[in-house]
Amino acid sequence: MPEYSLKELMTIAAARMIQDGDIVFCGTGISMVAAMAAKHISAPHSTIFFETGAIDSLLEEVPLAVADSRVMFWTSVNGSLADSFATMQNRFTGKRVIGILGAAQIDPYGNLNSTCIGDYHAPRTRFSGSGGACDVGSFVPRTITFMQHEKRKFVERLDYLTTPGYLDGPEGRSRAGLPEGGPLAVVTNLGVMGFDANTKRMILTGFYPGVHPQSILQNMGFSIDISGASEISPPTRDELDTLRNRCDPQRLIL
Amino acid sequence: MNHRFSKVMGLSEAVSTFVAPGCHLSIGGFTTSRNPMAAVYEIIRQRIDHLHLYAHSNGQGVDELVGAGCVDRIEIAYAGTGRFAPTCIRFRKAVESRSIQYEDYSNYHMTLRFMAGAMGVPFLPTRSGLGTDIVRKWGFSREMRKADPRIPDDKLMVVDNPFGAWGEAGKLVLVPAINTDVAIIHVQQADIQGTARIEGLTFSDVEQFKAARHVIVTCEELIADDSLKAGADSNQVPHFCVSAVVHVPYGAYPTACYRHYDYDPKYLNAYRKAAQDDSRYAEYLDRFIYGVKDHRELLALQNEADLNAIRADARTGYAVGLDRR
Repeated sequence: MPEYSLKELMTIAAARMIQDGDIVFCGTGISMVAAMAAKHISAPHSTIFFETGAIDSLLEEVPLAVADSRVMFWTSVNGSLADSFATMQNRFTGKRVIGILGAAQIDPYGNLNSTCIGDYHAPRTRFSGSGGACDVGSFVPRTITFMQHEKRKFVERLDYLTTPGYLDGPEGRSRAGLPEGGPLAVVTNLGVMGFDANTKRMILTGFYPGVHPQSILQNMGFSIDISGASEISPPTRDELDTLRNRCDPQRLIL
Repeated sequence: MNHRFSKVMGLSEAVSTFVAPGCHLSIGGFTTSRNPMAAVYEIIRQRIDHLHLYAHSNGQGVDELVGAGCVDRIEIAYAGTGRFAPTCIRFRKAVESRSIQYEDYSNYHMTLRFMAGAMGVPFLPTRSGLGTDIVRKWGFSREMRKADPRIPDDKLMVVDNPFGAWGEAGKLVLVPAINTDVAIIHVQQADIQGTARIEGLTFSDVEQFKAARHVIVTCEELIADDSLKAGADSNQVPHFCVSAVVHVPYGAYPTACYRHYDYDPKYLNAYRKAAQDDSRYAEYLDRFIYGVKDHRELLALQNEADLNAIRADARTGYAVGLDRR
């Protein structure tokens, strides 16, 4: 079996969820590499787009920000923020979008905080803020979120709700007036979480080789159902070759 | 082209003419790309302060304006520069020490707010942010809003769709228009009247151009005749939106300008290190901003080999193989 890093495993775990034909919204870092990997491996007809307005970038080199000149080269369309968010809010194209996000905190219903820890007006720690994350979480039917699996990041109650997941449960989004949809999965350094179809609460769906599901619970500030979880198969030689040689040869992200 | 219509001026004059202390300002670009950095540095050099800054994800320019103490209030969606600083360091320090007033929006909110200002309507609707703290939590208090005619009495408003079920939306968030005193945008090409051409992504620059009372355009190439009209499909902004045109090669440096140069990883990494420490940051300001006369002198302080390394490749528009660690 080939050797692989944790980041490579996380990237592949997310990439496998992207379906052929998806329109993939991604941010910076690992989410971009996951989208690039999916396009090279299992979803050749997926289209990567960035909130900055770049659609179907060639991505010969990995961009370090969503406004990087590398996202502007050999695109189908170079647009604007107004275009990209309209694509997600649009009643036709929006339904085909899968968004990949990251955050500082997540709660049991997949709501995200990327704004601050502590009181909003006197935060202990300030983060970057929403960027386009709130927009993505509001509009698109499926999102994948990358997280570090730590107690202080998986919290029963967020310090600030930046990006809507299922809000407070099954009817949360419709009561608030949001379109249907919500979080599909959370990919962490220990495994992959999904959401129960009825309760919309987080559940464990997969754990990485060598990780015990019980130890995942010990790294969370709330409890989740782990009974349906199974081991995630490690990246194959082909998947790793694609990641290393075609997605991030300079090892800027992985 | 008739030279009577020329709006060309020097950067120092453009900034001192149109950027006043306490004015409402927005800057173009996004994170590490096409920020009007020469103009940002000139604002800092002229010590123009008490600014009310509107930003979506402008990144480097925002952090330097905040870090130099030019900004009192900021309405913002995102303060980061990608991998160089996932959260802008001086912005973070300013918020955590409560030395600026801040209010959070999303990138689409900010874009729509500029668009509403450009269109001349008081607000635009979206479904973004329903159920979130971006709607619920205000950075600016109601008292502050009531006392200041330059900002709306409410942050965001949630309303029922007045068209009923039409459009499959039950509720909407109304985002209030932004009209700034001045927007500063760096572009690849502009002519002396102010017709501007952006290559690559336009971000929210076009909306910002049109939402401002005055626009300062800084440009890589100043076109002396009316030849931009030969490629009018590639021009985004009519000259009558523009108050000043300033020729500043490398005017976005150390951020990138597509098809001209890349961001400078060495500068941005050194900036991050300096920004983490107050005394080192003061040295940075003294050396690179207060200690030079203009952007040309700031560039002259850089290693020539580093500037050569970021030159854009003609095929791709960026510096292929640039060491970006």
